[in-house]
Amino acid sequence: MAAKKMYDTPMLDELEKGPWPSFISGFKRLRDDHPDERINEMASSLLGQLEHSYETRKGYWKGGTVSVFGYGGGIIPRFSEVGDAFPASREFHTLRVQPPAGNYYTTEMLNQLGDSWEKHGSGLVTFHGQTGNIMFIGTNTAGTQHFFDEINEYGWDLGGAGPCVRTAMSCVGSARCEQSCANEHAIQRWLVNNFTDDVHRPALPYKFKFKVSGCPNDCVNSIERADFAVIGTWRDDMKVDQDEVKNFVKAKGREYVIDNVITRCPTQALSLKDDDTLEVDNHNCVRCMHCLNVMNKALSPGDDKGITLLIGGKRTLKIGDLMGTVIVPFMKLETEEDYERLVEIAEETIDFFAENALEHERTGEMIERIGLVNFLEGIGIDVDPHMVNNPRQSSYVRTDGWDEEAEKWFARKSEEAAG
Amino acid sequence: MSFEDMRQPIESGCPDGFQYMHPVMRKNFGMWKFHEHPKPGVLRHVAHSGDEIWTVKAGTQRILDIYSLRKLTEIGEKYGDGYVRFTIRSNIEYMVSDAAKVDPLITALTDAGFVVGGTGNSVAMISHTQGWLHCDIPGTDASGVVKAMMDELIDEFKNCNMPNRVHITTSCCQINCGGQGDIAINVQHTKPPKINHDLVANVCERPSVVARCPVAAIRPAMVNGKASLEVDEKKCICCGACFPPCPPMQINDPEHTKLAIWVGGNHSNARSKPTFQKLVASGIPNNPPRWPEATAIVKRILKEYKEGARDWERINDWIDRIGWPRFFEVTGLPFTKYHIDNWRGARSSLNASTHIRF
Repeated sequence: MAAKKMYDTPMLDELEKGPWPSFISGFKRLRDDHPDERINEMASSLLGQLEHSYETRKGYWKGGTVSVFGYGGGIIPRFSEVGDAFPASREFHTLRVQPPAGNYYTTEMLNQLGDSWEKHGSGLVTFHGQTGNIMFIGTNTAGTQHFFDEINEYGWDLGGAGPCVRTAMSCVGSARCEQSCANEHAIQRWLVNNFTDDVHRPALPYKFKFKVSGCPNDCVNSIERADFAVIGTWRDDMKVDQDEVKNFVKAKGREYVIDNVITRCPTQALSLKDDDTLEVDNHNCVRCMHCLNVMNKALSPGDDKGITLLIGGKRTLKIGDLMGTVIVPFMKLETEEDYERLVEIAEETIDFFAENALEHERTGEMIERIGLVNFLEGIGIDVDPHMVNNPRQSSYVRTDGWDEEAEKWFARKSEEAAG
Repeated sequence: MSFEDMRQPIESGCPDGFQYMHPVMRKNFGMWKFHEHPKPGVLRHVAHSGDEIWTVKAGTQRILDIYSLRKLTEIGEKYGDGYVRFTIRSNIEYMVSDAAKVDPLITALTDAGFVVGGTGNSVAMISHTQGWLHCDIPGTDASGVVKAMMDELIDEFKNCNMPNRVHITTSCCQINCGGQGDIAINVQHTKPPKINHDLVANVCERPSVVARCPVAAIRPAMVNGKASLEVDEKKCICCGACFPPCPPMQINDPEHTKLAIWVGGNHSNARSKPTFQKLVASGIPNNPPRWPEATAIVKRILKEYKEGARDWERINDWIDRIGWPRFFEVTGLPFTKYHIDNWRGARSSLNASTHIRF
């Protein structure tokens, strides 16, 4: 057997220095220590190509079309443009696999996934990519099918790649966090698992992402990164444990509490009384979370919990970064009917997106192009002042339907009042 | 293999995380009372039932080889309870119900070369994209930039004594897979694409490429008798959006692809509404293998933030209070014509008032 081909990697070697764990050292372990020729040659070749990129400051991977039988996506195909020089990693595809909601694993399951990957792939894996997938990095076309067949049998499925519903993400949530106002993991699975067909067979104008955060701290960055952002919140009074407030003031001092809690409230809804108790103007609290974050033991979300829904967040391409916009200021998520209503809004949104977005246009860009009102009418949601920072500033608008629209508002209000 | 022999996929979608969750977390799901941060890298969550769960968080190299993965699981089995999760910044978290397991776990992780920290007011692990290792359009590497920077920022990861948490992100193209960050290090191209006219007609769907351009700078053209595309270089903003659908329009350049640094992106609703990051420095050389110029600027910004910000101010809160002129003054970064926005909505970024700090 010929010895495996080795490449000098003087630049990559520099990344083995320093105290942070080195991915290059990991690649070299695979190259030098792994008994399977398929793996150690692939690692050697990969190091060679990466060194070539470092030297020339260019990437050398090209996309293509690879998927598993029955699906149209879920794989990121990579073919090397310099495969003759680095043949053992000529094909180096990534499988995107959906993690469990909340990213929980037993070590036993991680080992099982690792063993399967060692059988069929490069032995390189990331938990997780930016969208939220487990990234099994590096195998050939046959390997993608064999690996998928094996892990699919014990409960794992591919995520989205291309113009489709993408793998969703939720925060640590109710499993460990006292701020959580929702069952993030249930929401994630209700939503994304309703669209498995749209995950596996890319047929939308462009990508569509769901992200779920349990509270307005929004630890999964849903407002800025998700087309469909679900965020837990509450609408009754926040809970105040006045004894714990007093303990906090005693430990930190009044000045600290005033400078770091009271005056940081964006709507001046807090007042520290002379007896070291806290008064909250709950009607003007915007649920920003700052005081709850700082006075974690003393302050908690209320009991009347639910979610806020924002639509249209995305990053730069094509018209610039967009944040999501409030579409539903509050809805309860307790009964099966509540969850079904949320899924229904998602279905309406994706249907409208599929029919009205231009090729390669995200939901937020479509809304920017057609206006929020056209979108709301398309998905059957009524306008609400919580959707805007302020009403229109320009008089350039035709308003001859005013009386009918005002009637709708009053009709909705009396319906709400009637309960 | 014939069609009949092919295995039909089971479209199971996203798995239920409950089956992999620590029993104490299952039992107290939705019933947590408060948490504490006893020391860097360690969280103690207490439930209404009185139960406790301890978390030890560690940074890794993110792209794990199978040996590193097995080392992490072995530590979880030997010193933990066998239950872990990964944060969105690719740190691993070990959950244990017995406080006595915390210190041995920390020792085992540290001895194995992993870095315990990343909790509370730390510089968190830098989130990153694929880069030269796997992306088809990268202007730079991602793993290498992050490794080189974390080597320099490791004390801030381990000590958790910044004014508030600092999220740093990187992105290896201008399409930006990377998210918003308190500090973001992103590719910024400075020259229009170089077009290989021999290949365009065969490789690219030309109308799609024309439609992809944010500034309508691309038009169909015959070049040397071949159907191709041309770029109006006066209009071109060098974003590289045409490169993914049309690889013969090469945007990456060893010399002219630069790095830019942005600050003040904040996804949280705490205090102010979520904010986008703003450009503060560009023209930074894309300098593998260790990108010292970019790291130096990041460290300079962090130093001023750490000294100048009040408790709980994120970088955007700090700059809101001191103003942008002061930010440029204290960091020593130049303010140029490129900092003044001219994209849609730019007027809202101009100062239409006499609010001026002297």
